[in-house]
Formats: sequence, structure tokens, C-alpha cells
Amino acid sequence: MIQPTIRSICFALLILLCGCDGEIKDKVTIDFWAFGREGEAVQELVRDFEAEHPHIRVRVQQIPWSAAHEKLLTAYAGDAMPDLFQLGNTWLPEFVALGAVAEFGPWVRDDPDIDDDTFFAGVAATNVIDGVVYGLPWYVDTRLVFYRSDMLEKAGFKTFPGTWSAWREVMERVKESVGPDKYAIFLPVEDWTIPTILAMQQGASLLADEDRYGAFDDPRFREAFDFYLGLFRDGLAPSSGGSQVANLYQEFSNGYFAMFVSGPWNIGELKHRLPGKEHLWATAPMPAPDGAAAKGGGVDGATPGVSLAGGASLAIHDGSEHKDEAWLLIRYLSGTEQQERFHHLTGNLPARKDSWIASGLDKEPRTRAFWRQLQQMAPTPPIPEWERIARTIGRYTEATVRNTMTVDEALASLDEDVDRMLEKRRWLLARDQ
Amino acid sequence: MRWAAGYFFVAPALLLIAVFFVFPVFSAFLLSFTDFDIYSLGNIEYLRFVGIDNYINLFGNSRFWTALGNTFYFVAVGGPLSVLVSLGAALLINSKLVRLKTLFRTVYFLPVVTTLVAVAVMWRYLYHPRYGLLNFALSGIGIEPIDWLGDPFWAMPAIILMAAWKNFGYNMIIFLAGLQSIPDSLYEAARVDGANRWHQFRYVTLPMLAPTFLFVGIITMIGYFQLFAEPYVMTQGGPSNATLSVVLFMYEEGFRWWNLGNAAAIAFVLFVIILAVTLLQLRLQRER
Amino acid sequence: MDRVVRLVIYALLFLGLVVTATPLLWMVSASFMGSGEASTYPPRLLPSAATLDHYVALFSRLNLGRYAFNSALLATAITLVSLFLNSMAGYAFAKLRFTGRDRIFKALLAALVIPVQVTMLPLFLMLKQMGLVNTYWGVLIPGMANIFGIFLIRQYALSIPDSLLDAARIDGASEFRIYWSLVLPLCKPILVTLALFTFMGAWNDFMWPLIVLTDDSMYTLPVALANLLGEHVLDTELMMAGSVLTILPVTMLFIVLQRSYVEGIMMGSLKD
Repeated sequence: MIQPTIRSICFALLILLCGCDGEIKDKVTIDFWAFGREGEAVQELVRDFEAEHPHIRVRVQQIPWSAAHEKLLTAYAGDAMPDLFQLGNTWLPEFVALGAVAEFGPWVRDDPDIDDDTFFAGVAATNVIDGVVYGLPWYVDTRLVFYRSDMLEKAGFKTFPGTWSAWREVMERVKESVGPDKYAIFLPVEDWTIPTILAMQQGASLLADEDRYGAFDDPRFREAFDFYLGLFRDGLAPSSGGSQVANLYQEFSNGYFAMFVSGPWNIGELKHRLPGKEHLWATAPMPAPDGAAAKGGGVDGATPGVSLAGGASLAIHDGSEHKDEAWLLIRYLSGTEQQERFHHLTGNLPARKDSWIASGLDKEPRTRAFWRQLQQMAPTPPIPEWERIARTIGRYTEATVRNTMTVDEALASLDEDVDRMLEKRRWLLARDQ
Repeated sequence: MRWAAGYFFVAPALLLIAVFFVFPVFSAFLLSFTDFDIYSLGNIEYLRFVGIDNYINLFGNSRFWTALGNTFYFVAVGGPLSVLVSLGAALLINSKLVRLKTLFRTVYFLPVVTTLVAVAVMWRYLYHPRYGLLNFALSGIGIEPIDWLGDPFWAMPAIILMAAWKNFGYNMIIFLAGLQSIPDSLYEAARVDGANRWHQFRYVTLPMLAPTFLFVGIITMIGYFQLFAEPYVMTQGGPSNATLSVVLFMYEEGFRWWNLGNAAAIAFVLFVIILAVTLLQLRLQRER
Repeated sequence: MDRVVRLVIYALLFLGLVVTATPLLWMVSASFMGSGEASTYPPRLLPSAATLDHYVALFSRLNLGRYAFNSALLATAITLVSLFLNSMAGYAFAKLRFTGRDRIFKALLAALVIPVQVTMLPLFLMLKQMGLVNTYWGVLIPGMANIFGIFLIRQYALSIPDSLLDAARIDGASEFRIYWSLVLPLCKPILVTLALFTFMGAWNDFMWPLIVLTDDSMYTLPVALANLLGEHVLDTELMMAGSVLTILPVTMLFIVLQRSYVEGIMMGSLKD
């Protein structure tokens, strides 16, 4: 009895010690983290990349979007960063501040395939911090409206409105036509994106004094917030939250609601999950606040309201020993042809404009709405604390939607919380001066 | 010689416990007086000693009080509920009139050995307001659908119910052991004195189970204060922070936002509370 | 009178049976349903046509085999190492005399009240310094010795008659030999129990592996399952299949060895 026990202990320890699978000597292995469906789809592109570069092996790890930010920070904290990783472009300032991402300067400058007009300007700008390039856009993401054209038509509308007041009217009519059990729009209750977009459309700066303090008591933010809350208060959106909606696509298909505001990946999801119903839904750019165009001299509703300059970028870990190989893969993935393929695999929209034109995305009605929206983008404040601030906005939005706080209380607490989060930033800025 | 042997035998385990348990406890205490965060992780020069600021901020943070309130709610309602269900199940199984004891005991105990994350995932679906089995069953007795995990009022009760389902088997076994250790002669004596079933329960069973109650109470309470995986998997602390627990709050501060100083302060507050409640229980027991 | 009481008791017991078992049975049943079938109204109890699709997907596309291997490896390693170290210490606390023995043991018991979360933050930083974040060691190390295990063994070992040990000493056996060939076999019942406890605890553990493992090739089943939920929350049936696979090994183990397990709980609850 004794001997086998010892042997099995030794055996277990041996396996533990050699837990890492042996690397093949003459090959370079790079670790690549990608999120959500992208992580699954990119494997196909990576296989072809490996075929072109036989000395490089790429290990792709798929991480759910919901845990992505957390995992990246944990990996940073634990010295376990991958060589190459996808990240939400709003997170870049955070990882730059930590010194976790490598500068792209020389590579980008020397690349014949990349110039100032290659990517959408609003998105490209989010990858530059203090004049230094740290990431390359992989795909673009912004938010706009998905709607059931048949339900709008039934309520008497053939086109999608371009201003807040017209939008609101459409929602009211739709709600009248669908009855008490169904809704005009679905809005997640704990969401920061839509209130933030609406506030940016109003011209709110979100933060003040070189992003040292919160600026949520700004009347423009307040106005946007009121508009958003009004949709719940007046029964246009279900206020019970996401848990009622087991499957967004199924409920959209059932006509439980007629609109939702979300990103490009839904085009693919809707096509895939609602086969045969493609004629029933459409996309439209975000409506703009009333009177906004007048300030710019145009016609209300002619240009979309701004939306988030979102998207995913690819970045390289500053401590990576295989930066050159990682850059090769980034270049490969952001080439015109691979961008198109990636779009077909995932439905994500290419960051390269020439890929749009080559595949006719700028003409196709559903993506055309995105094409227009992508010309009207605004970035969120480029500071490391942004992700946390964004979540806090979401939390206070939820508190007001659920009536556990008044708008005044919520915005005051939001400012207070954000000021506290920015304390270290203020100290660091003062220290470095 | 035998002295040396004693040290030799306890040394490996004690060393590990000292290095990987005791030392971290003291370090956490120190950590709670600094603003150790992700910046400090990158560059230790960005670390400041902040005295008791973390604790002050914590006590001024409404989210912390929410987390604390939720945790007490869970402990104060969920703990007794789970203990009572355990006691009930143990009494039923222990009844002389029952056969198939092993079957009942085994099935009742099954949820205890299951993986918490897996059953939390499952309960998420059982609690679904429109398609979930629970609301369907309730509709059979005329109860309107409840948005278990989406409604701030119901989310914590939902987690309490799930926890009771998952845990009652454990305490049930301990109560069974306690019940079986009560000598039959006591019941016989009571019967001779004309005691009915209720009186036997009240004046024989309950007093004899007192030590068991104390033990069960303390371990259940300590375990319940550490609520984490259920809200992490089922609600992420929502809706409206209704299921945010102290440990989940600590996890978020520490391992999501990497404010290790804050997180250490939270951990210590939790420790002090558990300690205080344990001492209180022991005290009450002794006074009785 | 007795018949009525008996009827009531059985009714309650069967109600308990239904409430306890239904969720688990539904989990198994839903895991065999086709996609979308578990999200219908009224809810289905049985699949219209049982399918293994989700299990196939878990193993082929979603790498579940790897996670199961990690879980099994870590749980086994933790069990073996901690059993060895805890039994040594537990035996010494029960049977060997050395200065400070009782004081140390009391201190250990008092430390049981410290929630493990207190240690997690510094522990992470320590393991980071040692380069052990995102390794199997990172999960293994904090589990290698535990106070409850020492306590359990000590309680059992107290019942070993001193005369037996002294006889062995007179025969010239070394202390380690006495422990290994005499004490361990005598403690076999409690060792089996403790092994079961430790294995299941390690298998089901969530928070620490979640923190310390970043690379998905290292994930244990619970961590992988929570990760999968982020991606496939809409795929109820797939998630149920994953849950079934996660709880199956421990459930089986329990059913086979339930006597030891139950005895262990009772023993752990006895006060000295």
C-alpha cells in the first residue's frame, strides 16, 4: 500500500512541474487573446497566417467580453500577459499608463499599407495617446438603432426619425399600436453607453479640468439623462431589466419590442438567429438632439447624432519577447483582404475604409447606417479610470430607472464617486508637474 | 527524542500555514493602510501610506453599506432558514416510523456535494421569469410570475432559497448525529411522566441538541458571511446592488479594479464582524 | 393516530425528495434537449428528441476535456499532499509530546475563524513575486495544509492506545516508521473521509482558481463554466450539459463513498 502511494505522489508532482507543454525549439509561439466570438472566428485567419509564416505558432485564447477587462488586468498584475491581445479601444489609456503596451511608432510609420486615411479617423484617434501610437484598430464599433420596420410601418412610419423629438413620437405611436404587454424599445437598465451617447450629443464633456473631476452636474448631461429615463418612466421601454429578456433576438423576433440600440455584431446575430425574417428589420443612425443642427447651420435630422468611437484594437505587450512576430500578425489581420474575411466570419465591421468599399458595405442598407454613423463619432475621455467610471454611470442609471434614487441624488453621487476615483490621478498629475 | 519528533511531524504543515496563511493575514492588515492599486503594481513609487483613510472611505461609501446590509440579510434570514430546514429534515428522517432512511438521506444530501458554480448556473435558468420551472410550478397554485433575479426585491430571497436547497443536507447530517446520540431512556422517562410528542420535543430533544445548534450555527454563519459564488454567477451583484455581498465587493475592488488597499480594508472589516458574531454566539450559549 | 402521523411524515419526506431532486433532474434532462427547447413556455420536462450535440460541442469545440483534466489533476494533487502533511501534524498533535503543543493547537483552531478572503490579496502578490500566478502551483500551494484536516485527524488519532505506540518504540521502530506503518493504517477510515472532503472541496473550489489562473488552458471546470456562461448564456442546454459534466464526478464519488463522507461530517462536528 505504501509504495504505490509514494509513487503516485511523485507522479502527480512530476505532472505539475511539467505542466507547461514543451515548446518546439525552432518555432516561435505567440499567445494571442481575443474576446467573444472574435476569438473563435479569428482562429481560421490565424491558421492561414501560420501557413504563410511557418516559423510562427499562434496560440489563441478566447475570453468572454464580460470578463475581458478583468482578465487583462489580472494578467498584467500576475505577469501573465499574452504577447498580443485584443482590447476595447477605451481601455488603451489604462494599459498605456501601466506601461503594459508597446509603442507602434516605427512599425506604423514604415508601413506602406497604412496612412492617415486608412482607418476611420475617430477610431484611429483612440489608439493614439499623447501623440504616440499604441494600437491598431481591428474593427470598429459604434452604437445605433436596430428596429422592426414592419412594426414602425404598422404605427404609421416608413422611415426612421432623425431627431430626438421625432424619435420619441415614433416610440409613443409604436407603443400605442403594440399594446400594454409589448414595448417600443428595449434598453438594458444597467447600461452606460446610451446615456453617455445622448449626453455627448448634447455636448456634455463628462469630465472637467483635464479630466481631473466628474462633470455630471452639467445641465447638458442632465438633459440627456432625463430623456433616457423618460423612456422607462413613460412605459416605452420595459423597466424590469435584462432578465426578462432571455434571448434578445428571440424577443425582437417575437415583437416584444420594436427597437434596441446596439452595435454591429447584431447584424450577424440577427441574420443567423432570425432566418427568413430579414426583410423585417433595419438599422438607422442615432437621432440627433433637436436644434443641434441649427447651431451648425444644417437641417435638423439630416446628420446623425454622434455616437461612441468604439471598437477593438490590437496591441502588443511591452514585455513580450516576440514583438516582431506579433506585429506581423497584427499587420496580417489589418490587411484589406483579412479585414473583409473577418467581417464575413463575425459580422464585425472592418476598421479599414478600403475593405468597406471593396465589399460594398458602404452601399448595403444595413451597414450603410453604420457607415454614416462612423463619420459622426466622439471618443470617451482617454484616461485609465474610464472603464470604472463608465460602469459607475451604468450603476447610477440603473438606480434611477428603478426609482431607488432621484436624478439629483444619482448625479450628485456619481460626481462624488468619480471624484474619488480620480484622486490618484490628480495626485499623479500634480506629482509629475 | 520524542520532542524532536513532534516538531518534525508538525513542521511542514505549520510552516505552510505560517507562510501562506498567517503571514498573508498580517500583510493584509498592513496593506489596508496603503493605497496599493494598479499604479503601485506597475511602479512601487506610486504607493502611499494613507493611515486609516481606506476605512474612513469605506464607511462613507454607500455601496459598502449596501453590501454589508445584503450580507447581514443573507446571514440573518438564510442562515436560520437553512438550519430550520435541516432540523426538520433530520427529525423526519430520524422518525421511527420511516423506512428508506438511506434513500432520503442520500438524495437530500446530494446538492451539498454538487459544484456551487454549476448549480448556480442551473438556478439562473430555473428562476427565469418566463421560461423557468419555478414560476411555472408557482403558477400552478395561482402565483403570478416573479422576476426572481431581475427584481431587486426578489433577488436576495432567490439566492437565499437556492442556498438553503444547496446546504441544508450538510447540517441535516449533523443534526441526525445529534438526534441519534440522545439516549432512548430520556424519551421513555418523559413518556412515563405523560409527556406528549410536542413536550418530548420541547423538553428532551431541543435541550439535548443545544451543543449541536451552537456548532451548526457557527459554521453556517461563518460560511454564509462569505457569500460570493452565487451572486458572482447568478446576478453579478445586481439588480441595483441587491445581491452585492461583502466578499463580492472585496473581489471587485481587489481583483477587478486592483485597489488592493481598499480591498484589504474590506476583508478586515469582514473578519472583525465574523469574529464578533462568533464570540457573541459562544457567549450567549454560555449564559444559557 | 400513528398511521396519520406516518402519512404526514411520508408526505413531507416525498415533497422534500421532489424539491431536492427536481432541479438536478431537470439539469440532466435539459442537457439533452435541442437548442432553444429549454426556453419555451410551458417549460418542458423532457427533451422531445434527446440529442448529444451539446456534449459533443463541449468536448470538441470548447475544450472541456482539458478543464476536466486540470480539475482532476489539481484536486488529486491537493488531496495527496494535504493528506500527507495534515495526517503527520494531526497525529503529532494527538500523540506526541512537545513544548507548546496545546497552545499551538488552540491557536490553530482560533485561526479557523479568519475568513480565507483576508489572505487572498497578499497571497496573490506573494505568488506574483514567486512567478507562480497562472500556474498549477498557484492553486496547489494554499491548499497543501489546512487546519480543519489537522483537527479531524487529531480527533481520530486520540483514540489510538498509547500502549500500541510504546510497544512499537520498544521494538526499536523509528518515529516516522511508527507513523507510516502503524498510525496511518489505523487512521484509514478518517483518511478516506478526509481525502473525500479535500478532493470535493478542491474540485468545487471557485474563487481562488478564478483569481490565480488567467490562461484558459489552466482553468478548472468551475472557472471554465463561469467563463462559458459569459459567452453562452443564451444557450441554456449547452450550459446545462457543462454543469452536468462538472458535478458528475463528485456526485458519483459521493454516492459510492457516502458512508465515509457522512461519518466525517459527524466526526467533524463532535466537540472534544
